[in-house]
Amino acid sequence: MVSFVVRRIVSAVLVMFSISVMVFLIFFATPGVNPAARIAGRSASPQVLAQVTAEFGLNRPLPIRYGLMMWHLFFKQDLTSYVNIGVKVIPQITGAAPVTLSLVFGAAIIWLVVGVLGGLVAAANRGKWIDPLIMFGGIAAVSIPVFWLGQVVGLLTQTKFHSVFRWLPGSGYVSFTQSPVQWALHLLLPWLTLATLYAGVYARVLRAELVNAMNEDYVRTARAKGLSERRILMRHALRCSLISVVSLFGLDFGSLVGGAALLTEVVFGLPGIGMLTDTSLQNLDLPVIMACVMYGAFFIVVASAVVDVLYAVLDPRVRVVK
Amino acid sequence: MFALGVLLFMVAASLLAPVYAHLVAHVNPFPANVQGTIDLGGKTVSVLQPSSVGFGVTPIGPTWHFSTYFLGADPQGRDVFARLLYGGRISLLISFSAAVICCAIAAILGMAGGYFGGAIDWVVSRIFDIVWAFPVYLLAICLSVILLTSGLNVGFIHIAPGSLLLPILIIASVYVPYVGRPVRGIVLTLREREFIQAAIGSGASDWRILRKEIWPNVAPTVMVFFPMMVAFNMLTESALSFLGVGVQPPNATWGTISNDGLQLLYTRPWVSVAPGICIVLTCAALNVLGDGARDAFDPKAKLRGGA
Repeated sequence: MVSFVVRRIVSAVLVMFSISVMVFLIFFATPGVNPAARIAGRSASPQVLAQVTAEFGLNRPLPIRYGLMMWHLFFKQDLTSYVNIGVKVIPQITGAAPVTLSLVFGAAIIWLVVGVLGGLVAAANRGKWIDPLIMFGGIAAVSIPVFWLGQVVGLLTQTKFHSVFRWLPGSGYVSFTQSPVQWALHLLLPWLTLATLYAGVYARVLRAELVNAMNEDYVRTARAKGLSERRILMRHALRCSLISVVSLFGLDFGSLVGGAALLTEVVFGLPGIGMLTDTSLQNLDLPVIMACVMYGAFFIVVASAVVDVLYAVLDPRVRVVK
Repeated sequence: MFALGVLLFMVAASLLAPVYAHLVAHVNPFPANVQGTIDLGGKTVSVLQPSSVGFGVTPIGPTWHFSTYFLGADPQGRDVFARLLYGGRISLLISFSAAVICCAIAAILGMAGGYFGGAIDWVVSRIFDIVWAFPVYLLAICLSVILLTSGLNVGFIHIAPGSLLLPILIIASVYVPYVGRPVRGIVLTLREREFIQAAIGSGASDWRILRKEIWPNVAPTVMVFFPMMVAFNMLTESALSFLGVGVQPPNATWGTISNDGLQLLYTRPWVSVAPGICIVLTCAALNVLGDGARDAFDPKAKLRGGA
């Protein structure tokens, strides 16, 4: 078990390293692109260009440039953005993180409750009208572009039915410490929008797993013992099926906290990691992009390592087979 | 069947875009039409009207006359309905070709890694790990930002910045591990099966085994993934276009049209809402088809998404 965990951590660190190299190569070594001109902006003076070249070591070999970037990003932590001169990168990330965390945390609660309930009810009522109805809802939920749903929700609540939704504030973010009520009100629509997609995914996955589980031998045994269908579903089939939901949740939560909720944040104007990434990409603010991508990759890598280790705890066979 | 009908309807409508534009509406949906006027119930109405707030202009809303500006005009005075049909062509083209490329690369890599093992498998698995650990939208946006302004020049390959090939390749490459990992897993278990051992024992070449023994067992999985990948690609393409790093003008897709309508969301919501409805219907149809294919072949396949 210990050696499995150690191996998993080593491979996670290796993946993180490779991702940093890959982002670095995308921005510094794409053929036909002059990185200094990219970083300094579209109409930069020769002085700024020279400064950028010196700071990022652009006239030196690639590995040294990579080392310089990582040195400034992680160890000296003095990397500054070029678009907003003088603004340091690390504080921008730490400032944006709580916003994303608030968004993802609330949405996760909603989608877990709705998704698991939906999957359960659909699987329990197989063959009745309610099952296809829920599954149709699930398909609709996974087919809606998130940014579009955000726009339509905004359109309906802010204009068309404004009199009904008057109690809802406009877009933006209010921190929890400032006012918990305003915090929740501002985040209500983003929560629902983000949760829609995942609730659909989880309901579909859980239903498929439950339907599979209900055909397993242990369920037949339980039936033969004379247990009620309801008890079999809740006590036997659900337990097994939840494993895959839990591992899915680990990965989704990790990637969302790391900035995958970008579209929701941009549509609702929430200044989180996703929005920071988007603005830095639009402005080609390379130091910030680098930091955001590393931040996002960190959470995905950690989440998938945690999920793998959890799996190994639950299912000893995984440890050997990998 | 209904799903297939919806999908075929979308494809047919997009294919008929020039017919509609030239023969029914008599418009060219690409150049700006700021000064244009249309004939509406005998009256001549300009396409861009003075705004009700007193400054700027507002494009006309939906006329609901099929022959002219059915869904109104966009900020540049272009016919939204005609653009919607043309946009469908590009959206569908990108989603389908990216899915074909993605499934092909994933099948080749997954089969090679799973079958040959050793160093090849190590390299393939690491590629999957790295791309997998990259947030999908982040990777796509990173690639788009850098490639859209300068194009791609690697060796003898030159792709112009505005080319549709760029979004296709970008979208195809970010989803490779989602198909490649399950394929590799299947090939790994197939490798131990008797019929493969028998083929190896009887001296069949690697190429022959891959083609005749492995591929027929991998194909159903790829076919289950295919419609879902098309749906994923469509959502990704629209998201990239929404962020302004997808398809570049003069090409239009459902994503870019929706983005064009953003500034009009509160006055002329149809410009943004209509392309979204097209995306939802098409993706729902594709997902239903994917479910049908899964029920038919039943591999335990799962997809992870991003928002």
